[in-house]
Amino acid sequence: MGELKTPTTQEILETGQGQGFATTKFNEILAWAQKYSLFMYPFVTACCGMEFMAVSGPRFDHARFGAEAPRFSPRQSDLLWVVGTIVQRQAPILKRIYEQMAEPKWVLAFGTCASVGGFYDNYACIAGIDKIIPCDIYIPGCPPRPEAVLDGLMLLQDKIQKGDRRPGIVKPRFDPVSRPDMGVVQLRRSRHG
Amino acid sequence: MAKALVSLLEKQFPGAVLEAHSQHGDDTVVLDPARWKEVARFLRDSAGMEMLVDLTCVDWQHREPRFDVVAHLHSLSKGQRLRIKARVGDVEGEEAEIDSLTELWGSANWAEREAFDMFGVVFRGHPDLRRILTYPEFVGHALRKDYPADRIQPLVPYREVENIQKLPPFDQHEGMSFGRQTHDFSRGED
Repeated sequence: MGELKTPTTQEILETGQGQGFATTKFNEILAWAQKYSLFMYPFVTACCGMEFMAVSGPRFDHARFGAEAPRFSPRQSDLLWVVGTIVQRQAPILKRIYEQMAEPKWVLAFGTCASVGGFYDNYACIAGIDKIIPCDIYIPGCPPRPEAVLDGLMLLQDKIQKGDRRPGIVKPRFDPVSRPDMGVVQLRRSRHG
Repeated sequence: MAKALVSLLEKQFPGAVLEAHSQHGDDTVVLDPARWKEVARFLRDSAGMEMLVDLTCVDWQHREPRFDVVAHLHSLSKGQRLRIKARVGDVEGEEAEIDSLTELWGSANWAEREAFDMFGVVFRGHPDLRRILTYPEFVGHALRKDYPADRIQPLVPYREVENIQKLPPFDQHEGMSFGRQTHDFSRGED
């Protein structure tokens, strides 16, 4: 029977064997845990909800980002998805939901209406949820493509990892006009000869 | 379709039918607002108009009387439709009053509340004439033509953040770049 020997740290580093470990800072590993376990509160009020369902569905699947678990209690959720138009009468409800969420909490404005009010520039609607609650990520689009939503989610994860609470906006990956090979612009030209 | 009904109304209520016309197979009668409920009761009880499909209002800003109160009636038994209108209110939108039809058709209840909320037409005898779409703190009536299209009356006060009107990445009005027109500008002769 040989003697049971616990390898020293130096031995593990040199041989590359053993249990393995990683070094990090506490805040970083906490942020890493937070960004891959965003329990969501879906505050879905309008047509963007359809695209939200597409994002949740198997084709786009935000479960891949650890953000799929819905919690229909604000007290158990980390990420408030505001999906759709917020009218003035909805505003107190939204604000209350936000206030009930426990820290740390993030807010994601899904679609143009939630971000800036969209074309509902009238007596009934709020011109962007950031007028009443702080907002972390804006995803423009009417509705946004699921890819844009995933971009927004990844942007938020980056911000959580960095500890950056400044609001971020999802920008188009490229301008269609700058990409004539996409066919959009070319098609229009060829039609007019 | 309902030609016979219109002539019956004209015979039954002389002076109450101010106008009648027919377009795309739908008949419209314009009634004296003072006899609005009386005629409506006759239409329900004696002409078979069991159903009030819709009740709403139209604002003709520079006309006197200013508002059209419009009710769409439908007879399920006879398959007829009739639209009745009454003109109320002065140019300022004051004294726009008309009898409520809630007693005759239950569906008039919320429709009249909406017309009151959006246009400020008062329905006499309505059991519960409160705002239905906007909130009690709302000042004015949103669908009147002289209500500015972009006037917002926040129910929840805006956050106390510096430069709240211009939070990044947008400023307040960037959501609607194609126009912030109101009806405040003068429209010449109109």
